Amino acid sequence: MLTCGRYMASSSYSNSPCAACKFLRRKCMPDCIFAPYFPPEEPQKFANVHKIFGASNVSKLLNEVLPHQREDAVNSLAYEAEARIKDPVYGCVGAISVLQRHVLRLQKELEATNADLMRYACNDMPTSTTSSQFGRRMGHEGGSFGQSSGLYYSSPWNNEPYDQDSQERGGEGNM
Amino acid sequence: MGGTSPCASCKLLRRRCAKDCIFAPYFPSDDPHKFSMVHKVFGASNVSKMLQELPIHQRGDAVSSLVYEANARVRDPVYGCVGAISYLQNQVSQLQMQLAVAQAEILCIQMQQEPNLPTQIMDQDERSLLLSTNFNNMPQYLSFASSSNVIQDPLKRESLWI
Repeated sequence: MLTCGRYMASSSYSNSPCAACKFLRRKCMPDCIFAPYFPPEEPQKFANVHKIFGASNVSKLLNEVLPHQREDAVNSLAYEAEARIKDPVYGCVGAISVLQRHVLRLQKELEATNADLMRYACNDMPTSTTSSQFGRRMGHEGGSFGQSSGLYYSSPWNNEPYDQDSQERGGEGNM
Repeated sequence: MGGTSPCASCKLLRRRCAKDCIFAPYFPSDDPHKFSMVHKVFGASNVSKMLQELPIHQRGDAVSSLVYEANARVRDPVYGCVGAISYLQNQVSQLQMQLAVAQAEILCIQMQQEPNLPTQIMDQDERSLLLSTNFNNMPQYLSFASSSNVIQDPLKRESLWI
């Protein structure tokens, strides 16, 4: 009971500053914008974000997004900051290039496999069945290449829009 | 040589552009938007420190990647380019699934056409299971662990695009 009471007291009346205020050596106010997202037991998270983005930029960004989005925003900033510290030249953009090339390779492999499947199926099955199978498999349902999402990301190295037509142009970065 | 125009960074920061300005080679004065994005997201002094820590031949690529990240963050303040990573990982998973299904169908057809395939490929139970699988009813979106050995799911969520 005492332990429980003490635990409740420390969580309700905690004077422990958040990791950001500890790092910045300032008083952690009750309305500190960093406190919900930079707990004191994760000091490295804020240290990384501070090194790459700076405290005031992070604070401005958090003020620009809705409160329910701030946790995701902080986590994505922390991810980018850590990636940039590990790879000062490319940061997490390096991973994007690798993934884009991987997607291209898989798409080509899928096209080749579907072509093989067509050849086997044509030898084996009636034409009407083959057409319906291929309509599904080539992504006309479900948007296999993400076209239904309505989003695209440019290739980091030539700013081409990342859609199906430009993938072959944009896929080979200079990394 | 006459006075040179200050680089985009020094124009924005309203300071004299020295001959050895670290930003000048990468932020020409005719593209002010590029530096303003980077400054907004990272801050000029952070960018300067990052560039100083790199050998000169790597600074061009570093600036390009910083510009890309900054633009992504301005476009999507919540996820930035981490959103692109999640999206691409999702694509990889879907494509791997589709490829596996197509390859399994080929194998199935091959087995139907060549019933006397060598038995070391699979045992009789596995052959029966494969031949009886109805690929037309497989769910379009199966949970499929990404084989990417590059990065883990950045936000520890299966997909951001529900």
